[in-house]
Amino acid sequence: MMPDSVINVVLAGIGGQGVLKASDILSDAAFRAGYDVKKSEIHGMSQRGGSVSSDVRFGPEVFSPMVPPGCADFLVVLEETQVEPNRHRLHPEGVLIELSFLDKAKISNRKSLNVALLGVLSGYLDIEISFWLEAIRAGLPENLHEVNLTSFEIGRQAIGSMTRAD
Amino acid sequence: MIVPDRLLLSGNEAVALAARKAGVILGTGYPGTPSTEILEEFHRLGGRSQWAPNEKVALEVGLGASLAHSRVIVTMKHVGVNVAADPLFTAAYTGTPGALVVISADDPGMASSQNEQDNRHFAVAAGLPMLEPSSSQEAFDFTLAAIEISERWHLPVLLRMTTRVCHSKTIVHSLRTPHPASHPFFEEDIPSLVMIPAYARPAHRKLRARLADIAGWNETSPLNQIIEGDSGLGIITSGISYQHAREAAPGASFLKLGMTCPLPFDKIKTFVESVERCLVIEEGDPWLADAIRAEGIPVERKLHEFRFGELDVERVRRIIEGDATPAPPPPGGRPPQLCTGCPHRSVFEILRDLHCIVAGDIGCYTLGVLPPFQAMDTCVCMGASIGVGLGLRHALPPEEARRVVSVIGDSTFVHSGLTGLVEMVYNRPETGHVVIILDNGTTAMTGLQEHPGTGRTLEHSPTGKVNFEEFARSLGIGRVQTMDPTRDPASFEKALVENLQSDDLVLMIARKPCLLAASKIREYERAAQELMACDCAHGEN
Repeated sequence: MMPDSVINVVLAGIGGQGVLKASDILSDAAFRAGYDVKKSEIHGMSQRGGSVSSDVRFGPEVFSPMVPPGCADFLVVLEETQVEPNRHRLHPEGVLIELSFLDKAKISNRKSLNVALLGVLSGYLDIEISFWLEAIRAGLPENLHEVNLTSFEIGRQAIGSMTRAD
Repeated sequence: MIVPDRLLLSGNEAVALAARKAGVILGTGYPGTPSTEILEEFHRLGGRSQWAPNEKVALEVGLGASLAHSRVIVTMKHVGVNVAADPLFTAAYTGTPGALVVISADDPGMASSQNEQDNRHFAVAAGLPMLEPSSSQEAFDFTLAAIEISERWHLPVLLRMTTRVCHSKTIVHSLRTPHPASHPFFEEDIPSLVMIPAYARPAHRKLRARLADIAGWNETSPLNQIIEGDSGLGIITSGISYQHAREAAPGASFLKLGMTCPLPFDKIKTFVESVERCLVIEEGDPWLADAIRAEGIPVERKLHEFRFGELDVERVRRIIEGDATPAPPPPGGRPPQLCTGCPHRSVFEILRDLHCIVAGDIGCYTLGVLPPFQAMDTCVCMGASIGVGLGLRHALPPEEARRVVSVIGDSTFVHSGLTGLVEMVYNRPETGHVVIILDNGTTAMTGLQEHPGTGRTLEHSPTGKVNFEEFARSLGIGRVQTMDPTRDPASFEKALVENLQSDDLVLMIARKPCLLAASKIREYERAAQELMACDCAHGEN
């Protein structure tokens, strides 16, 4: 089932944490699910340890590739310090997805935290699980598939066991 | 090449795919955000891609190849077109029998640039057709259209992209196959290709006649689209601004221009007459609005406030509402910084502690301007560190002049520092001068691209290598010192102090590979050695 309006997701963190990889996987999953998709971010200076954010929008038809200010339905943040600088991007009724949603002890490889948070996000989105799994496999080298698929599942489970922030 | 019929591509990837499908025989350019990935992707798809030392050389090589009746793309960021402007303007006179597409990737909002110049001005100034894609699908379609226009009218074509078109991933679902490229050959045509004044005068008239012809064609060209809507509000727009505007004003009527030079003024006039209020939505300078108003067609210009930075849906809404109150600045994120363990750090600590006047340059090391270093006093454009440093030396009293140091990266040095070094030798300041090349063995800022100083081509294969030390010595620079500033910072500092007091011309090379590149460089070197051993075993050397 297609949502009849555009879903806006902003992913944020620090250079090197896998923000852009996570947004690649998300946009690929939405693409495989048949949506119109646009994804936008800034390359260059931002990769030198500075703040990084990436916008992903999908739905029946998307025009601007940038999530308009204050319109994110979901804000996914990979590092605590980046919540406040990005909070203004979230819609008042939007959902903030952050590391505290996860039992970090269960995530064996910290480098897969980005995919674990996608697991949390997946619980909110109308994208079939098979498309997520295909996108994770397509986006990562084979030796990282198992750890990331496990992290994705941990994130996906996390959502059932908690009370939503809103 | 087999490609699926629905792809999620960045604008840069879409340009590369179109170029490959069109049989482009050469892609050349100089790395620069947001253009860099075009040539890397073109190489990945099997095309011949080359990094040139700078954009001027890239365009000259591209022009030469297109004079052999072949298809060529030349890529650069917006400020690169300044460097390439000399051949660009006269290439409009010579024209080209092949296809020459010059891709200018502009950076409104300056995500990673020193200015936000609007390169649409170049199309008018040089007299070149210009196309502006607004999505990856259009990046694909317009690259093919640019090739066809270039071949039909024998002119270079400017494909003007912006950061959000280059780097956004959007869906490409229609992959048209272009007509095949011809086999390269050269045909003598002295009056067209040798721009002495006697031949250049008629060439200028020929250029204007071609542009007039293209303007006529553009009146009905499929590159420009009308989206019918409410006649109360009409919006004329192009490029990424179209996407923001469609979302901000979904009910409005649109004239979306794909080819913005030469403009289809009759079409624009008819559109303007069909709506009550007509507004031009554009990023950067009010270039389009001014051009239309200069023709006596009444359109509304955006407010001055929106000349600055990128547009987005919200800002377009405010343009429509005439609301120029400045938006509150977004909360600051973490600024970029030199990586932990970056070899440039030691040099900037020393420059800071010695209170040097540092003429800086463009690259990762420009971050030496930020705390905890704050050890850069000027940064203007590629290569300016040397010229600006020399100018300061000429003007300042000797005791002050002796504090001046020029700091430049290895890729930047090859791009635009060589002539600066020649100037240093030719117009020597009384107090001499000290140039430091921060040689980390890669073009780090744009994502670790090769350059002529690394001795490896775009695809990391061994090739001729520019030797900085030999070059400097050949100019007669007596003091040429190569050091690893991280191994023994105290010696580096001592040498720098001596050099500053020496009144000599000095080139110091602070050589240590970029942390991010070091393991890759070792890999390339190992592969090159294996290849050489293999060639020897086969008796090919």
